[in-house]
Amino acid sequence: MINSSLKQLGEMLQAKTISSVELTQSFLDRIKQYNPSINAYIALNEAETLAQAKAADARLANGSAAPLTGIPIAQKDIFCAKGWTTTCGSKMLANFVAPYDAHVISQFDAAGAVNLGKTNMDEFAMGSSNETSYFGGVKNPWDFDRVPGGSSGGSAAAVAARLCAAATGTDTGGSIRQPASLCGFTGLKPTYGVVSRYGMIAFASSLDQAGPMAKSAEDCALMMNVMAGFDERDSTSLNREKEDYTRDLNKPLQGLRIGLPKEFFADGLDANVGKVIETAIAEYKKLGAELVDISLPNTGLSIPVYYVLAPAEASSNLSRYDGVRYGHRAESYTDLMDMYCKSRAEGFGAEVKRRILIGTYVLSAGYYDAYYLKAQQIRRLIAQDFEEAFKHCDVIMGPAAPSTAFKAGEKVDDPVAMYLQDIYTISTNLAGLPGMSVPAGFSNGLPVGLQIIGNYFDEARMLNVAHQYQQVTDWHSRMPEELK
Amino acid sequence: MALSIEDIKKIAHLARIEVSEQEASATLSKLSGILGLIEQMQAVDTAGIIPMSHSQDLSQRLRDDVISKTNQREAFQAIAPTLNNGSNEPAVADGLYLVPKVIE
Repeated sequence: MINSSLKQLGEMLQAKTISSVELTQSFLDRIKQYNPSINAYIALNEAETLAQAKAADARLANGSAAPLTGIPIAQKDIFCAKGWTTTCGSKMLANFVAPYDAHVISQFDAAGAVNLGKTNMDEFAMGSSNETSYFGGVKNPWDFDRVPGGSSGGSAAAVAARLCAAATGTDTGGSIRQPASLCGFTGLKPTYGVVSRYGMIAFASSLDQAGPMAKSAEDCALMMNVMAGFDERDSTSLNREKEDYTRDLNKPLQGLRIGLPKEFFADGLDANVGKVIETAIAEYKKLGAELVDISLPNTGLSIPVYYVLAPAEASSNLSRYDGVRYGHRAESYTDLMDMYCKSRAEGFGAEVKRRILIGTYVLSAGYYDAYYLKAQQIRRLIAQDFEEAFKHCDVIMGPAAPSTAFKAGEKVDDPVAMYLQDIYTISTNLAGLPGMSVPAGFSNGLPVGLQIIGNYFDEARMLNVAHQYQQVTDWHSRMPEELK
Repeated sequence: MALSIEDIKKIAHLARIEVSEQEASATLSKLSGILGLIEQMQAVDTAGIIPMSHSQDLSQRLRDDVISKTNQREAFQAIAPTLNNGSNEPAVADGLYLVPKVIE
């Protein structure tokens, strides 16, 4: 059952071969067994979770169930959920109980899905290994000495260890796709603006986007049907016609043009990871796709540009944590200024402080044109690279991360080395494009993710491209032996 | 441009984050590394390129000028940081948030 797809679980619930309470309890039992060692969840509320499961069973009984009714979903602790602690992985919000629901949470609630718990993450989503969390690191289910990736590391480990049916994540520079690659499951970052950011704690508002983390492309499509949609409470939410993301899953791939950017297969890519990606692309050729050589010449600049724009936006967004209205307030202080400075010094961890300081510096008087404006100009060049590439191909493929999961502690003292983890994912956030990571095989026993990048609003096609691959391969259905 | 310890302290003050001498010097080396990475941008000729603030280049939506939010002051004030007097009372009074005196 833990390996069943969302569709199968939905059918079992509809047919009453299992109740939502039983299904939910079986995941809660697995969480009790494995979470103490993996640390994927940082907030559980068994009574509330089971009450939701009971309500779902009532809906299933009276015939008003939707496709995800009764299915237990793990929620990244970046989404405000009324009555739940919502910490964003920070001491600053360690005792914050959200007074309202994020749009994503209310969408799942309306669908009758069950909130299984809140998952661990890098503090304020700033990290690529989950090691910046105030609540401790998360183990990669494939090798407990290694990191799950980040920032959605708790959701990633929960999906990979089958401690949930599916999970939510957010992706500002790769935080869904890089952990999906390192933990071996399917993750999708939608086009910017497709999923509402309301109630999702802000990191870099022009880049942040929520998306599904699940076992397969089909599961991601069902999750997208719940998560996507216009919400007037997010000023950048796009008012578009509702789509069914499962509609194209079964289309054949004959004639699909796959663009292979030469910059994604150059220096910096682990040779074994490169081989796995090449094998996956050869599989697509067998499915009838044609390969097109393309170039995204400004890929290398995406990291410098991101580390101006994201910290600048973060320094502004995180100025709200002042110890006055909610969050951490220092024990003792001499005056108001001292209260601000001490509360923020105590409440934020080292990486968050670094990014606030970088952001403050690049936005400070005299530097705006040299840093922020320049970064926004290069951001357009990066987006134009993709625009040009999509004239010659339907989707772009390459690795999602430059290596497999690395050891805990390995990069923690070297921010620049950590930042390079997102070399293949950041450019799509800057351009606002959708991107996926799909399990494509293993290197030395560790999962490797194939990245699929689509044009704006092309999620249904990307899910089709991933689903067809998952019909002829079984990488996505593998799970760590010890956790079976 | 190379950063100094004094720069770090100035930036930290602007960001309202207290830093000790020791933290300032540790931060200096890490920030210098990150700024070195950022410097790669300066080699690019961006003359005449329109800055891109986000991908859809949208303008702000307008809405009708009607009340769209309900008053949730009580729910919001219930989660305020606590008073530093050993109690678990939120630092609020008469619908206001309590902070150290600003005006004598």
